Amino acid sequence: MAHFTKATSVKDWLDQRLAVEKLEKVMMSEYWIPKNINFLWAMGMVLVITFALLVVSGIFLLMYYVPTTAEAFNSVNYTIMREVDFGWLWRHVHGVAASVVFLIIYIHMFTGIYYGSYKKGRELIWISGMLLFVAFSAEAFSGYMLPWGQMSYWAGMVITNLFSGGSLHADGLVEWIRGDYVPAQAFLGRFFMLHVLLIPLAIMGLIGLHFGALRIPHVNNQDGEEIDFDAEAKKYLDGDKAGSKVMRFANDFMSKDMMVVGVYLVFFFYLVFYNYGFAMDPVNFDPANGLSTPAHIYPEWYFLWSYEILRPFNIDLGLILFAFAQVIFVMLPFLDRSPNTCAANRRGTPFKVWFWLMLSNMIVLTAMGKLPPEGIFSTIGLVSAVLFVVMWLALPVITSREKKV
Amino acid sequence: MKENSRRGFMGKAFGAVAGVGAVASLYAMKKSWDPLPSVKAAGFTTLDMSVYQENVMVTEKWRGKPIFVLRKSADILAKEKGNAEAEARDIKIGDYHYMIAIGLCTHLGCIPAFRKDSNDFLCACHGGQFDASGLVTKVPPPRGFDIPPFKIDGNKLVLGEVGPEWQAMKDNSVTL
Repeated sequence: MAHFTKATSVKDWLDQRLAVEKLEKVMMSEYWIPKNINFLWAMGMVLVITFALLVVSGIFLLMYYVPTTAEAFNSVNYTIMREVDFGWLWRHVHGVAASVVFLIIYIHMFTGIYYGSYKKGRELIWISGMLLFVAFSAEAFSGYMLPWGQMSYWAGMVITNLFSGGSLHADGLVEWIRGDYVPAQAFLGRFFMLHVLLIPLAIMGLIGLHFGALRIPHVNNQDGEEIDFDAEAKKYLDGDKAGSKVMRFANDFMSKDMMVVGVYLVFFFYLVFYNYGFAMDPVNFDPANGLSTPAHIYPEWYFLWSYEILRPFNIDLGLILFAFAQVIFVMLPFLDRSPNTCAANRRGTPFKVWFWLMLSNMIVLTAMGKLPPEGIFSTIGLVSAVLFVVMWLALPVITSREKKV
Repeated sequence: MKENSRRGFMGKAFGAVAGVGAVASLYAMKKSWDPLPSVKAAGFTTLDMSVYQENVMVTEKWRGKPIFVLRKSADILAKEKGNAEAEARDIKIGDYHYMIAIGLCTHLGCIPAFRKDSNDFLCACHGGQFDASGLVTKVPPPRGFDIPPFKIDGNKLVLGEVGPEWQAMKDNSVTL
């Protein structure tokens, strides 16, 4: 056995057994963050806090929710909303956080694209981040099934039908996923399991990978400057705090991070208390009915852009382009052939235009996805969907011609 | 060296045992997600065809899915005349002609609504349209309504059982 001495304090007792001091240095006080950043660098912490809110509110909902087709709707809309003290709070926190988390994810993503934070050495951060996006999407979808209202049922019907692969007619696969010919008890049971256990486990694992992937390349900075972290850390520890380009993760960076989190939480709880309606579709307050489709079926706002890429085409082409849209962001580090790691606006006109056009095009796709597919909206949707695909195909060409800045 | 080869053997032996176990458990996991026997057994519905009135679209239920039943009027039949695709889908029971189909859009499975004035179906999800014979008149749906397996038994129709009329439709690719 290793040699232990009589502890001089609780901290020393823990330190001898868990190396807490070393741990604190590695994870916090000597984990170095560049100084040249702005508030957009706080989105990671905002996401961590939002995820924590989802977990805590989810735990309380889980205690009263009943995952059967007969009881699910009432357990949410009656038991949790009317009987459980503060049940409404957990539900509204959960619903609002599920929606807002995607807003922050999109900001986080486009910040990464803008500053080139996926480039050489940081590919794994980007890839693990996109895997998190996929996991969060699956988590949002499976959670949307649970209140067993009309939107739950019909979204479940439409999304599981995607797996028939259009002309492949893989109806056996769809029935296997559902465990029935239509969404029913087997379907609700397995999506309940996925939502409260398997996908959250995957998300926690991926968050670990995401943080791990950040460790060696470190956080990017506003100029994409390559920093010698060892040299800058030494300068800092030797006392030249002002001259060093880096600061401690805790408490230096954390204090500013939590300031942003504080502002965010005020906004978040304003939504929870006064404006939660956007996260609660009125159609989902009708119990699921397999014999009546609601007049308009549309996904939550964060899926609208990819839904709009599916919509204007026949089913096979639609599914192919939809699949393309789902995976193409993962490939970004390999499709961007430019040697430059810096802000999009400084990389020359072609990429600058590409970035802002991609961002606006996704907003247009989102808006068109919400509108009925008629007349001029159909046309705009079609043009935007084609533009989305063409821009991704053009990305390797325009970036490989980019000059080194 | 001797140590190494012994370790190598142990590694391979473990790999073999674990491989068999992994394949076997994947098989069990796959089967556990299959539809239950009780779900499969509840898959038959019998319709009494004498109750349907001309030009009134009725939605029945089979395996949890809506089934459209429309007794065709002379108008619809006149329109279908000469259209081989529409005639192939026609189901004659007793003296009447019917459109019988699974009432789910073949695009992504929403239930299209019947429009009485124009005698056709409109799907709200993605704007697909079907005529009174069940054929597509506006994409995205890739094909007409699917026709459920059926067997004609006098004036009754058994859904879920395969009769010669349905088998012929399937063989001729009228339905899936």
